[in-house]
Amino acid sequence: MADPASIDFEIPARPEYLSLVRSLVVEAADMDTNLSRERVEDFKVAVSEATTNAIEAHARACRDESIRIRCKITEDRIEFHITDRGFGFYPDQIQVLPEPDDPSRLNFERGLGIYLMRVLSDDVEINSGPDGTQVCLAIHLSANDSDC
Amino acid sequence: MTGEIDMATAPRFRQRLLAAISAGAQDVVIDLSGVDFIDSTGLGVLMGAAKRVRSAEGDIRLVMVGSRLADLIELTRLDRVLDVFDSVSAATEDSEP
Repeated sequence: MADPASIDFEIPARPEYLSLVRSLVVEAADMDTNLSRERVEDFKVAVSEATTNAIEAHARACRDESIRIRCKITEDRIEFHITDRGFGFYPDQIQVLPEPDDPSRLNFERGLGIYLMRVLSDDVEINSGPDGTQVCLAIHLSANDSDC
Repeated sequence: MTGEIDMATAPRFRQRLLAAISAGAQDVVIDLSGVDFIDSTGLGVLMGAAKRVRSAEGDIRLVMVGSRLADLIELTRLDRVLDVFDSVSAATEDSEP
């Protein structure tokens, strides 16, 4: 594994930059050859979901500012911190979707993003308030129980 | 479909699906074998299309071959509301997965 590093960058709050962010996830993950391709793909989805939410938050708030992203690589984990300046939300108050067997489930085209972040990352921390939201997603490079 | 389905490309994907449905397609087979990334936005497009097609007594059948997409569909348990096949021929031959 390479030396610990922290890389800060900003992207315009536009969907066409999502692919670039996913590429950075793969590049960061490739620094540890022990990570399986499946885990990297999972983490890529998680980071993409958080970035999508950030872009949508800026659109709702009519903010033209960039989305801030920090990639932090340590000996035992890779973290992505995605920070927006939207209106924020309360993660505990997200609508619960109907069970998949329920025919009304098809009425909900949205609402899977945070679920996917939680199941496809090893650690997730969401801090949200009226001035914006910061999501920290982490993937462990080795057995480690520490949080974001 | 090929490439990636996310917030950037989903509008075009949705437009193509709606065009097929509006043209009267009842049973719609969507070959996602060439798609190497899909996120919740793309899954939402599939859900919306399935809802429209089913309201017209039709159905949507997804084709995925050993891809991470299939894992994602399973993880979100959407395989219980969307029919998944491993080939276009299987999807067009049989109405059941």
